[in-house]
Amino acid sequence: MVTDDDQVFKALADPTRRFLLDLLFARDGRTLTELESELEMTRFGVMKHLRVLEEAGLVVTRRSGREKLHFLNPVPIRRIHDRWIDKYTEHHVAALLDLKNELEGDDGDE
Amino acid sequence: METNKTTHVYQVYIKATPEAIWEAITKPEWTRRYGYRSIAEYDLRPGGRYRGLATEEFQSMGMPSVVVDGEVLEVDPPRRLVHTWRFLWDDEVKAEGPTRVTFDIKPGSNGITSLTVTHELENAPTTTAQITGAIENAGGGWAYVLSDLKTLLETGSSL
Repeated sequence: MVTDDDQVFKALADPTRRFLLDLLFARDGRTLTELESELEMTRFGVMKHLRVLEEAGLVVTRRSGREKLHFLNPVPIRRIHDRWIDKYTEHHVAALLDLKNELEGDDGDE
Repeated sequence: METNKTTHVYQVYIKATPEAIWEAITKPEWTRRYGYRSIAEYDLRPGGRYRGLATEEFQSMGMPSVVVDGEVLEVDPPRRLVHTWRFLWDDEVKAEGPTRVTFDIKPGSNGITSLTVTHELENAPTTTAQITGAIENAGGGWAYVLSDLKTLLETGSSL
């Protein structure tokens, strides 16, 4: 079964797609033509990457008149942060504190 | 002065009914349970007042008791809510004036509902930094709030 997380990790596991997200982070709400001009890739290639990002929920599109604008949606990355990163960095910090206490031979007082 | 207009779009899929999501956005007993835990006060009609009240904890850290205010523009329960949104944290950010927030709730298949928050800002750099989570130690903005809301509605407890 493909979970939402799988789709996000898969979408992020590509330098072109990460670059597209960086472009949207720098300036949100861009058209395909604008994004395409930043990449040495065919329009079709950029569309394919945007499609993967959209399916993973990392890019949301909105119509504005005749234009289709692409927006970075950071919520799935936040979900991964909350689910994975927080958990491990907490332990990491706790482990470092334990080490500090042990090396200093006290209860961690400065 | 150069106009600096930006729009930020946040979307999350939640295993909950549109009604449950609507309640979680508009009812204080829900808003105090996720995100910044502010207490929402909505007068749900066009022209009605919106206020977000800071928790006592945030107030003790120097936040004003009313941390966000606005005017309700559109109400279509449980599908769409539009209101202005002015951040009142300090005088500088308050002077940036009102921005505009739209909540769109769309039912999907298998009991999954999408919630899209569109925040439109103009000449509001500090407000933008706040809602995008760019200010260190000031929370993660909408991404954090919506992630927490999803966790609360799907598991019954927040992060």
